[in-house]
Amino acid sequence: MSSEQKILSTDGIPLEESLKQAEEKNKVKAFLLVTPLLLFLIITYIIPIADMFSRSIDDKMVTNMLPKTYKAMEQWDGKELPPEEVFEAFYLDYKILVENKTAGKLQTQLNYEKNGFKSVLKKLARKQKKFEEGNYKEQIMKVHKRWRNVDYWRAIKRRAPAYTYSKYLKGVDMYSNEEGKIVQVSEDRRIHRILWSRTLEVAFFVTLFCFLMAYPIAHLLATLPMKYSNLLMICVLLPFWTSLLVRTASWMILLQQQGLVNDFFVWIGLVADDNRPEMMYNKTGTYVAMTQILLPFMVLPLYSVMKTISPSLMRAGKSLGATPGVAFFKIYFPLTIPGIGAGCLLVFILAIGYYITPALVGGASGTLISNQIAYHMKSTLDWSFASAMGLMLLTGVLVIYWIYNKLVGVDNIKLG
Amino acid sequence: MSKKEDFVKFDKVDKSYDGKVLVVKDLNLDIEEGEFVTMLGPSGSGKTTCLMMLAGFETPTNGEIYLDKNPISNIPPHKRGIGMVFQNYALFPHMTVFENLAFPLRVRKISKDDIDKKVEKALSMVSLSGFGNRMPGQLSGGQQQRVAVARALVFDPSVVLMDEPLGALDKNLRESMQYEIKHIHESIGVTVVYVTHDQGEALTMSNRIAVFNDGKVQQLSSPDKLYEEPVNSFVAEFIGENNTFAGEISDISNGSCKVKLDKGEIIANPISVKSVGEKTTVSIRPERALINPKNKMDNNQKGKIEEVIYHGDHTRVRLNLLGNSEFILKVPNSSQNLDIKLGNEINIGWNSHDARALDPK
Repeated sequence: MSSEQKILSTDGIPLEESLKQAEEKNKVKAFLLVTPLLLFLIITYIIPIADMFSRSIDDKMVTNMLPKTYKAMEQWDGKELPPEEVFEAFYLDYKILVENKTAGKLQTQLNYEKNGFKSVLKKLARKQKKFEEGNYKEQIMKVHKRWRNVDYWRAIKRRAPAYTYSKYLKGVDMYSNEEGKIVQVSEDRRIHRILWSRTLEVAFFVTLFCFLMAYPIAHLLATLPMKYSNLLMICVLLPFWTSLLVRTASWMILLQQQGLVNDFFVWIGLVADDNRPEMMYNKTGTYVAMTQILLPFMVLPLYSVMKTISPSLMRAGKSLGATPGVAFFKIYFPLTIPGIGAGCLLVFILAIGYYITPALVGGASGTLISNQIAYHMKSTLDWSFASAMGLMLLTGVLVIYWIYNKLVGVDNIKLG
Repeated sequence: MSKKEDFVKFDKVDKSYDGKVLVVKDLNLDIEEGEFVTMLGPSGSGKTTCLMMLAGFETPTNGEIYLDKNPISNIPPHKRGIGMVFQNYALFPHMTVFENLAFPLRVRKISKDDIDKKVEKALSMVSLSGFGNRMPGQLSGGQQQRVAVARALVFDPSVVLMDEPLGALDKNLRESMQYEIKHIHESIGVTVVYVTHDQGEALTMSNRIAVFNDGKVQQLSSPDKLYEEPVNSFVAEFIGENNTFAGEISDISNGSCKVKLDKGEIIANPISVKSVGEKTTVSIRPERALINPKNKMDNNQKGKIEEVIYHGDHTRVRLNLLGNSEFILKVPNSSQNLDIKLGNEINIGWNSHDARALDPK
């Protein structure tokens, strides 16, 4: 019998093939099982992020409003005033916009590009009804002297591309000026950089405070006898089961100037009644409330790692001659690093995008970048800017994750 | 220089965890320098507690422990200079084998050259040279165990404690490790206090064995004495196999006694009985009772074979003898073809010296 003879299954099909078929079926089944989750992820996560991205770079509005103008401008080099064709095209485009009552959007958009554009355009809208056919250049320039300034035409031309990264520049307080160079906004208007650095600072310190508080708690949880550790675990988890708003609101009750903490300080004579410190509507409030709220996210990964560390390791260290301190730092602490890494990453990433708590207890000096994003979504309705900042935040988180991976290694993370 | 006889001394040590139950009661134990002493006993007998008190992880409720004449109850574990091998090795998983071994030397601020030398020496002692750069997780159970032993010895402690160090190994490895630890002990002459519940391990390795039960040392003697001459029925029962008869002393004189059983009477060696009428348990090792003895023996009984089990090197025979249906005989494979068949009646004989009349159960 040759060794290459195929083994047949009972129904005569080569075994190899029938195995393949069976595996194929299993693969399809497995895929079908995960399909709902995959669809859910795509619909709720991938698509919104893609939409955010396209919105943040989308600049088609002006492009679509002035199609003829931009076509005519293709030949224009931008050094001197554009030729008659451009003026004519602009007149025709703008006329349609005025008739459709959508000129307002163009006025706003172009005013972003060059201050004072709005009034010029408004005047043009009024005057152009009486325009005669032909020689539009003269007629438009007569309406306002700014039409003779080549800068305004350049401003229109700058909006020609359908995509722009200007929102991202704005996110870091920069813009591209009339010459197309990227420059910083004047010093008194650099609000976003303050917010970015404050967000990082708050996230860093909240992570640090959480770590300092969670480490002993997690250690206790891991070493106490079961009946006490269960009780302690409930105390740790209780905040998890309480609404975020309720917790934040209770911090407001505690921290306000006439609040319980201040009352207590006055009662024990720590502060004078007329000199109660402000512990809320500033960074202190943000720190206190966020640390408390994010604490479980640090405790749980630490606990799950500490639970696996055998108590005999510390004993071994001591029996080998290490003082309790040395044994802790040389043996116990290095073994908890996976938990520290997981906890810190979790808390930092959550803190960097925190919204409700800073909004409620942060005041003006305690708000973070997420509050600014919300402000642009709700108040200025500049969604493309909000999207741009949201994506910058997301990118930041990914960068932190990447750095973390380089330093600690994601494989070393233990979430439990 | 003569060896100190009470190098490690437990002096009237009591230990209670909850203030109600004493897990160690009035323990007195002297361990000679360079000796290999095993604490053997069932779980919950207090042996591990004793070890932990010696290591410094528990403090005696009463009494004092002396190490080389110095009381050590108030010395923290890291200053006692006692090496310890733990049940699950307790190797530091984030350090290499070399770092594990260097740890006790580094905390003692020994120079780097000396550390290298000592670690290399310790590794070669457990035949693991060249494994220094491995992580403990990359080693097999037996190798980890050897690293743990090397680590407990590398800083030249005067006493090494071992808490069931072979419990996690499989049978063959456990046996070869027993010899290895015994040889290491013989070659460097360190004092070893070893805890186990495995009597085979204890008998193989120790100079002396302390049998623990119920918080007390039941007997402290060399392995052969422990097996041949148990002083009470717990030790007789716990060490090796054992046939027992419960009865009452009917006569006692000249180092021998008669014990009246429910059915019949036997002659025994009075160990812990003194007067007529006392209750007693007579203990006979299975290999001391012979079938159809050639020489005259002072106990001769007839028994009926109830079960025969072939064990390779020997055959186990279960008899009904004098009302005891659990009487075990071990017949060596080399013995001539005896008529061992189920249901046969055979003659059994043993010397009264080997039938030890101990305390009643």
